[in-house]
Amino acid sequence: MSDLLKIADKTYHSRLLVGTGKYKDFTETRAAIDASGAEIITVAIRRTNIGQNAGEPSLLDFLPPEEFTYLPNTAGCYSADDAVRTLRLARELLDGHKLVKLEVLGDPNTLYPNMMETLAAAKTLVKDGFDVMVYCSDDPIIAKQLEEIGCVAVMPLASLIGSGMGILNPWNLQIIIENAKVPVLVDAGVGTASDAAIAMELGCQGILMNTAIAAAGNPVLMAGAMKKAVEAGREAYLAGRMPKKLYSASPSSPTSGLIS
Amino acid sequence: MLITINGKPRSFEAANLSVADLVQHLELVGKRLAIERNGEIVPRSQFEATQLADGDKLEIVGAVGGG
Repeated sequence: MSDLLKIADKTYHSRLLVGTGKYKDFTETRAAIDASGAEIITVAIRRTNIGQNAGEPSLLDFLPPEEFTYLPNTAGCYSADDAVRTLRLARELLDGHKLVKLEVLGDPNTLYPNMMETLAAAKTLVKDGFDVMVYCSDDPIIAKQLEEIGCVAVMPLASLIGSGMGILNPWNLQIIIENAKVPVLVDAGVGTASDAAIAMELGCQGILMNTAIAAAGNPVLMAGAMKKAVEAGREAYLAGRMPKKLYSASPSSPTSGLIS
Repeated sequence: MLITINGKPRSFEAANLSVADLVQHLELVGKRLAIERNGEIVPRSQFEATQLADGDKLEIVGAVGGG
């Protein structure tokens, strides 16, 4: 069955997008990403270490940009200006690459997004020719506004970044999904495989996660579990679940032909 | 001349220094990076042609692991 994820005119087989942070080393990062089957991977943009460790391997040596679709993020940015500046540098760094993840944070403790700044940054970036995948609160009105600005994907949180608390408000996610004309991906909050499956069963087009894999006891094993959960949840969504009933007077086995 | 690189001031003997010279001096040749000079991105194609001046502020960035 051909069921591809389409973002900004490009198609992907995998609906699991993964971050590259918090791993023990680059070897583990690579192994976990391979096990996840992810084609889109997020990276952060940071100051280069000057004058030290000149020959040290970099993330790009282990995850060549030719093999993956890089999704540079604006993690750590607290204003629209900083986020825009970061992504312009990312575009230069990645040879004109347009697909980016916008996130503007509002609070260092919760990492909850600042949606006023996010909206402002999204406007500037879309005008500047970027394909913006945007991290946002699970407010259906904000999600719609981001879509109308021209973002190519809307990515509400399931719960706070790095919390692993799972899908806290499936009803809001469902409203966002039902109203959206662009892909909706859950970004942040997934803790384990069942969370990923639930998000996909709700009709999400994909999931972006980092900590749920990197902070697992065995990240590579969890990466494989997440791959299967995303696939299982997607197939269950496409198949359409049976209606829920408190009880059923219709057993699965025939009622006739019983021995007596 | 004094140039601030990634928030740290550094002094250079040379009177003429291009961005390309600086990249070489800092042993960053061949590394994937992006450079901002006084808030404006210097495209890689302009490294040779862009001369640095006393008091310039540079940001030199690369991609690292992140979510």
